[in-house]
Amino acid sequence: MNLLSPTEWEILLLSLKVSGVAMLAALPVAFALAWVLARWRFPGKVLLDAAVHLPLVLPPVVTGWLLLIAFSPNAPLGRFLEQALGLTFLFRWTGAALAAAVMALPLMVRAMRLSLEAVDRRLESAARTLGAGPWRTFTSVTLPLSANGILAALVLGLARSVGEFGATITFASNIPGETQTLPLAIYSALQMPGSDIQVARLAGLSVALSVAALVLSEWLARRSGQEKGRHVL
Amino acid sequence: MSFDVSVTLQRGSLRLNYEFTAGPGLTALFGPSGAGKTSLLDAVAGLARPIEGRIAVSSTVLFDRPARIDLKPELRRCGYVFQDLRLFPHRTVRGNLQFGMKRLAVDEGHRLDWDHTLDLLGITALLDRMPATLSGGEAQRVAIGRALLSAPRFLLMDEPLASLDLDRRGEILGLIERIRDELRLPILYVSHDRAEVERLADRVVQVPSPA
Repeated sequence: MNLLSPTEWEILLLSLKVSGVAMLAALPVAFALAWVLARWRFPGKVLLDAAVHLPLVLPPVVTGWLLLIAFSPNAPLGRFLEQALGLTFLFRWTGAALAAAVMALPLMVRAMRLSLEAVDRRLESAARTLGAGPWRTFTSVTLPLSANGILAALVLGLARSVGEFGATITFASNIPGETQTLPLAIYSALQMPGSDIQVARLAGLSVALSVAALVLSEWLARRSGQEKGRHVL
Repeated sequence: MSFDVSVTLQRGSLRLNYEFTAGPGLTALFGPSGAGKTSLLDAVAGLARPIEGRIAVSSTVLFDRPARIDLKPELRRCGYVFQDLRLFPHRTVRGNLQFGMKRLAVDEGHRLDWDHTLDLLGITALLDRMPATLSGGEAQRVAIGRALLSAPRFLLMDEPLASLDLDRRGEILGLIERIRDELRLPILYVSHDRAEVERLADRVVQVPSPA
């Protein structure tokens, strides 16, 4: 394919890698948080709720700065991750993925929490009387009934993470080939005089990516709808 | 005794006391709405915890507060036919009926024959349908079938006729009589309809109105 230049391919693939890894990391964390917020009652729940929502309401630059403080090699958390797991985030693509995951998290938690709260608890108790323990009740009743919400959370989170800019550039910086995702590349191109065409091409790529994601999610939603429809007939 | 119940239930600000023993056959809990009959069935099924007392069915202790026994609902082996049915909307009728059959593997003795049960309930033709497409009477029969096929040691039925029109009532009523006479499972049956109770019940436990 020579529709895109090698540099543009690099930017696109890096963006997909960063967002993909961000979603893989955020999905279980978001689900666990959504579960705790939907099902548990404990003192300090309001604080947890607020903390989860923080990246949604803070300026992304501030979120990026907080990540910088927490995950720098001099901070306890950053030092621990580097020494125990060999994970470094600063100026690395992993940092871009972490920033994208953190920014996508609140949207994902919200969507999942709503779908978990919509699951009829009476169906879960019916499953228990039929001999299903808590785990089987979860996998055979709760999870399938909240699957649409989880899918919606994934689409929302993916859209948010592909477009992530502020926290990423603050935390992971703007390094071509390492942390320069699509939005950051557009920003860089805008800084250079006479690169109007480059900007337009990258923006076009960004639009194409978003439309593709939208079509995919529509298709997934319709497919699960059809499955139900088939049984109706 | 099939049912040996002596519990205090908390329901909102009300405290309800139940005390009765009942032999085999169908025992009707008869009383006005709001007297906590469903709360009692929930307590027997393990879905609600009494604040005091003891529940035993066919000499198995399900709950005993002083002895700190509180069997989990999935271990109580009850076939609960809920008033609101609670069929799983994402599973076919077949999927609903098979949900409780997993525990059959560990206890062949209580197995009910699949074909015979489907015949008895007249639901063989419904197997591939989704619950949302069933009529009230069909859904009621599937809910009863799901409870029967889960190898229960006893049945709990919560107003199984309440949501049905008159024609369907007769049909389900006959069905419950056959279950009572053919399967010989102890049944705890909740109703507020006197005629229904008189026709079905081997004995009646009168539930007092809440004070």
